[in-house]
Amino acid sequence: MAEPTAAAAALADVTPEPGVSKPDPILVVDEVRRSFGGLTAVNVDHLEIQRGAITSLIGPNGAGKTTFFNLMTGFDRPDRGTWSFNGQPLANVPAHKVARLGMVRTFQLTKALTRLSVMENMLLGATQQRGERFLSALLPTIWSAQETEIRARADELLARFNMDYMRDELGGELSGGQRKLLEMARALMVEPEMVMLDEPMAGVNPALTQSLLTHVKDLPSFGMTVLFVEHDMDVVMDISDWVIVMAQGKIISEGPPAAVAADPQVIDAYIGEDHGDESRFTPTTLATTAAASTETVGRSPVLDDHEGPATGDVSAPSDDPDGESHA
Amino acid sequence: MDVFLAILASSVNTAIGPSAIVYALAASGLNVHYGYTGLLNFGQVGFMLMGAAGLAISVSIFEVPFFVGLLCGVLAAVLLALVLGAPTLRLRADYLAISTIAAAEILRFTSRSNTLAEFTGGPFGIPSQVGGAGFTQTWNAMNPIPPGRYSFGWLQFTHTRLWVVIVGWILVALVCLLIWSLMRSPWGRVVRSIREDEDAARALGKNVFAYKMQALILGGVLGGTAGMVLVLFQGSFFADGFRPELTFYAYTALIMGGAATIFGPVLGSLTFWFLLAVTERTLTLTGILPSGAGGATRLALVGLLLVILMVFRPQGILGNKREMVLDG
Repeated sequence: MAEPTAAAAALADVTPEPGVSKPDPILVVDEVRRSFGGLTAVNVDHLEIQRGAITSLIGPNGAGKTTFFNLMTGFDRPDRGTWSFNGQPLANVPAHKVARLGMVRTFQLTKALTRLSVMENMLLGATQQRGERFLSALLPTIWSAQETEIRARADELLARFNMDYMRDELGGELSGGQRKLLEMARALMVEPEMVMLDEPMAGVNPALTQSLLTHVKDLPSFGMTVLFVEHDMDVVMDISDWVIVMAQGKIISEGPPAAVAADPQVIDAYIGEDHGDESRFTPTTLATTAAASTETVGRSPVLDDHEGPATGDVSAPSDDPDGESHA
Repeated sequence: MDVFLAILASSVNTAIGPSAIVYALAASGLNVHYGYTGLLNFGQVGFMLMGAAGLAISVSIFEVPFFVGLLCGVLAAVLLALVLGAPTLRLRADYLAISTIAAAEILRFTSRSNTLAEFTGGPFGIPSQVGGAGFTQTWNAMNPIPPGRYSFGWLQFTHTRLWVVIVGWILVALVCLLIWSLMRSPWGRVVRSIREDEDAARALGKNVFAYKMQALILGGVLGGTAGMVLVLFQGSFFADGFRPELTFYAYTALIMGGAATIFGPVLGSLTFWFLLAVTERTLTLTGILPSGAGGATRLALVGLLLVILMVFRPQGILGNKREMVLDG
């Protein structure tokens, strides 16, 4: 377990049950529904995200996590429901305005801007740029001083992410993991209050995962709130102050990592009721995992290959101690 | 040997002529649309027609002063951009492509119809029996060059052609300067990020729709300007001069020169007209084909040259190979 952070301490007295109130919520969601035809993808009655905490959103594939992200950030519109960020209602606010209000997201499929350099990718993130207006763009005197400031900030962030040596590479020339890093650094250029990361570690090798994790863990110390979707249980257990579990569009459980890991509903949601060994839900520190990283790659504790419905009866073969033989 | 010199001289003459200017402007507009912003405009000729009609109709029929007429041409192109962009720019890229190509044809057929002949001169255009004094009067009166023929080495001009060529290339230079200063600015950065992935730009707080609209208007106005230069050089406006293939020749010039480069469309346009002229003159002056029969053959030959260029230099003459090899 990570050492208790300030945010974890603030959440210590909160009852771990779905929809519980938090002492200092930054995002409050009420009655948000989104259905695609007959399928209700998201159906959240009430949810609060604690300011300054690292909250992870987990759940089996198709649970509605990404749809929930899309709804919150204005990339999709719900059938009904309200939600507010810092007290500001966000229903019907377009995506670019959500970002300007301080809630910035990344994407599951990384969107590095391929034919822009790493530096240009970063510079794009800064908001309130005077040179982004058509007429001001023609007069560099209006924007060049601001551009220098932004460039300095981008340089600083690139150095923090150990990417400063590749500032002139094109986005498309980066490896998958580097693109994830770039996307996260670029999101920070917006100077957000809340960062929503959609599977920041997916497809990233264990060494880089470690580095990405360090950066995510650092964010609260810069005054940011983090909400992230992740499938890797070790990561979730390691860095989260709070864990929210979604299944079939609903919040089925929330609480500190240890409480959620012990929640039988969660285990049922992932692997069905007739499950075998539960050891995969036992919190382990990432340091131990990283030490055995080669092994971790081979039989990764990633859960996203389970396609069983939340309360379904997909049973893991009982003679398999790992419950993974069908993967 | 004389024949080859004659071919070369005459081809260079064509390459720097008014047609190359018109295509350089139209292709620069497409460069803003497609090269920098990623907007698929397959109806650039529609913007050209709007510019040309705006100038010709306002000056000839409504008898406004020439400079007001130029402004009308620009506004007509802006109007078309707004009408096309408002419903389609929020949708996927294909919708703009479909509606621009259709709009350009609708505009051509509408302005050549007899119903509107009172304003557009119908199939006969302007000036015609319905037209007034003609919109080129002021333009020709402004020509400071004394009437006559001029030659500079190989190059030969009449005074009217020299006037169009001088003003036209100055205009092209100004357009290049405009595009250069926009594209190096943060505005250009946003526009290029939209070309790469508009959701990413949106997630970083950029109003993607507004930027796409601005780019559509800018490129459309450049197309409108091309149309105005075309009718000023021809001395007349008629709708059938604005057929869909003009858009595709402009695309050819753009891709040949190198999309998303400042001088690519200009160089592409020069090259395109030089190749057209050189193949035609070679076929006719060497006696391979009878005079006047080169028209179709030259297009086929230029097509072949283009295929070869795309095989060996897919990024165009000035394009960046490093960017080209990346998967979009």
